[in-house]
Amino acid sequence: MKNTFLNKKNLTWLILGVAFFFLIQLLIQVGVITPYYRVTMYWICLFAILGVSLNVIIGVTGQFSLGHAGFMSIGAYSAAVVLRSMPNLTGLFIGMAIGALISLFVSMVVAIPTLRLKGDYLAIATLGVGEIIRIVILNMKITNGASGISNIPYLISWPLMFFFVFVSIMFSANFKNSAIGRACISIKEDEIASEAMGINTTKYKVMAFMFGALIASLAGALYATTYYVIKPETFGINNSINILVIVVFGGMGSLTGSAVAAIVLGIINNVFQPLAEWRMIIYALALIVIMIFRPQGLLGTSEASLKTIFSLDTYKNALKGLIDLVTLKKFRVAAASTGKGKQR
Amino acid sequence: MKRILVLVATALLVLSGLTACTSTDKGTIKIGVNVELTGEAAVYGQPEKKAIELAVKEINDAGGILGKQVEAIYYDTKTDGAESTSNVTKLATEDKVVAIIGAAISGTTMAAAPVANQYQVPMITPSGSNAKVTNDGTTVYPFVYRACFIDPFQGVVIANFSSTELGATKAAVIGSSSSDYAKDLATIFADQFEKNGGTVVAEEYYTDTDTDFNAILTKLQNAGEFDVLFIADYAVRAGLIIGQARTAGITVPIVGPDGFESPDLVALAGGADKVNDVYFSTHFSALSEDQAVKDFIAAYTASAGEAPSALSALAYDTVYMLKQAIEDADSTDPVKVNTALEAIKDFKGITGTINFDEWHNPIKSAIIVELVNGEQASATVVNP
Repeated sequence: MKNTFLNKKNLTWLILGVAFFFLIQLLIQVGVITPYYRVTMYWICLFAILGVSLNVIIGVTGQFSLGHAGFMSIGAYSAAVVLRSMPNLTGLFIGMAIGALISLFVSMVVAIPTLRLKGDYLAIATLGVGEIIRIVILNMKITNGASGISNIPYLISWPLMFFFVFVSIMFSANFKNSAIGRACISIKEDEIASEAMGINTTKYKVMAFMFGALIASLAGALYATTYYVIKPETFGINNSINILVIVVFGGMGSLTGSAVAAIVLGIINNVFQPLAEWRMIIYALALIVIMIFRPQGLLGTSEASLKTIFSLDTYKNALKGLIDLVTLKKFRVAAASTGKGKQR
Repeated sequence: MKRILVLVATALLVLSGLTACTSTDKGTIKIGVNVELTGEAAVYGQPEKKAIELAVKEINDAGGILGKQVEAIYYDTKTDGAESTSNVTKLATEDKVVAIIGAAISGTTMAAAPVANQYQVPMITPSGSNAKVTNDGTTVYPFVYRACFIDPFQGVVIANFSSTELGATKAAVIGSSSSDYAKDLATIFADQFEKNGGTVVAEEYYTDTDTDFNAILTKLQNAGEFDVLFIADYAVRAGLIIGQARTAGITVPIVGPDGFESPDLVALAGGADKVNDVYFSTHFSALSEDQAVKDFIAAYTASAGEAPSALSALAYDTVYMLKQAIEDADSTDPVKVNTALEAIKDFKGITGTINFDEWHNPIKSAIIVELVNGEQASATVVNP
């Protein structure tokens, strides 16, 4: 393939994206997508952006982070504060830019010392970072302390949301498929070996972390203008874990998987809404069932490519997998072969 | 065994999806309920749901509203603002309810208020007491109301009670610096107490994670004599402070806001003997002689299996207030119901008589409860 910007592959993706945009726009205009489904769709889009950006840190680079909601809150608060005096799209973009700069700076300061840690230690350090950001916001005047900022103007629309979903997934995919991304993947596979191959591991880890934080802050700004109210506890550890669930559920290392997981979880959450408190139990059960049958996540590490999208085999295999999942093939095979239940 | 379990789980998933799709009759009045059933505020949302179920059952047994049966649709906010926004959008646009009750706390109510305004469906929160729930300080949200009094009002009531009933002239204030509820109450109490001619000798603050308050209490004692102690916080910490203050030899009356009301207060204070001469303001007291209150307590205890709290009483009142508004409007059109709700006059509920002011806050009386040996001993009604 010739390495130009507008090659056949990129053009096809662009056309697919634009077609998808106009399809949804048409459905909104005709009234098939009602205001309620639009709210759900925005939730899915927001968490797809967050999932993809965290996947760059966790799935691609292999650095476990529990502080993602903290960077989201930086973006949300920057946008909300600017929107207070400039309640229009210009204000939103200025807020986003400020939020992006702050979160780039904070993530860099945080990443340089903490990314020297590994595994559990890194998880705890990033958890601490998320909490520090939350507590700073809780005690600042401009963020209005514990009661947060309410009455944020509602500026979100499908074109705006689509633009940011498209751009953040595109940049994440480019990040993953670039030389930087390959360096990051090698760090995930074996840090010592990649260092021996001359890769500056700290540099690439910091880059991935900053990139993820930047995208998360954009998602935070969109969150603020979609949901009217932001409070410090909105961006606590629970939210970080929600994003982590999307990454693990979709498959660590698969950006497509994160987007698919956001869609699946968004739909589960809404289909079972009339069941009130039972919903959370079903939601948790669904997670457990998927994790038993597909411990590698929905898509594992594979990505959607043009080849797979236009190949019938993909859909055949997906259907077969779904049937196996519903009919509990794994247990049947395990039970038949040993009689002792499942083995791993 | 595992296989059966998973089969059951799958069957449950499929079945629950099916039941979600069953349609409802045309001849009912639909009311949306959007409260905290899970998450950290579920402790407030659950009693409200039980009270709403009771009120709806009573209304339906008595013939419904305008001859139609009432159907309540319950959604869970998960104590999450985004979820609350989404729920109210669904109630207003998909379920096409006449009115919405919820949410139980201020944060999730504020997240849903713009949606209720946008789709023009009246929404009443039973217990969102933050001043900014029904207005942004300059304009009122035309479709958002509440059934409880607001935090500033409570601060004023407690200060007046301390000055007149307790005859206090010197107050000490202690409160949490982590919640706006506590910070606002402490400031408003201090202002009103000084307006009444008293002096505030000391103000001390702590953070939500503290459990040992001896250092702060010693500071208060060293700051000079005081004859009333105001604790601005919820029962979780207020209970501990009461216990530690009594142990430290502070014998003056202790006053506090509605956050004191909790079955755990006595246990946290370390024994019933520590909880004497303690007063707090609340929305509703089980000690009332009113027959309607007695009937409510009996009915609620029978149906819910526990004694009602102020929250359940407020939610119960909210349903009946809505009933009156629909009857006044003689229509199930949300906009007409909203007009009737705004104009509601002297609605007699079990938490007092309700009229709305121009900010959609109820003008209603508060109740000051005295605790003797940890038990509610007397209830004084304080009118605004």
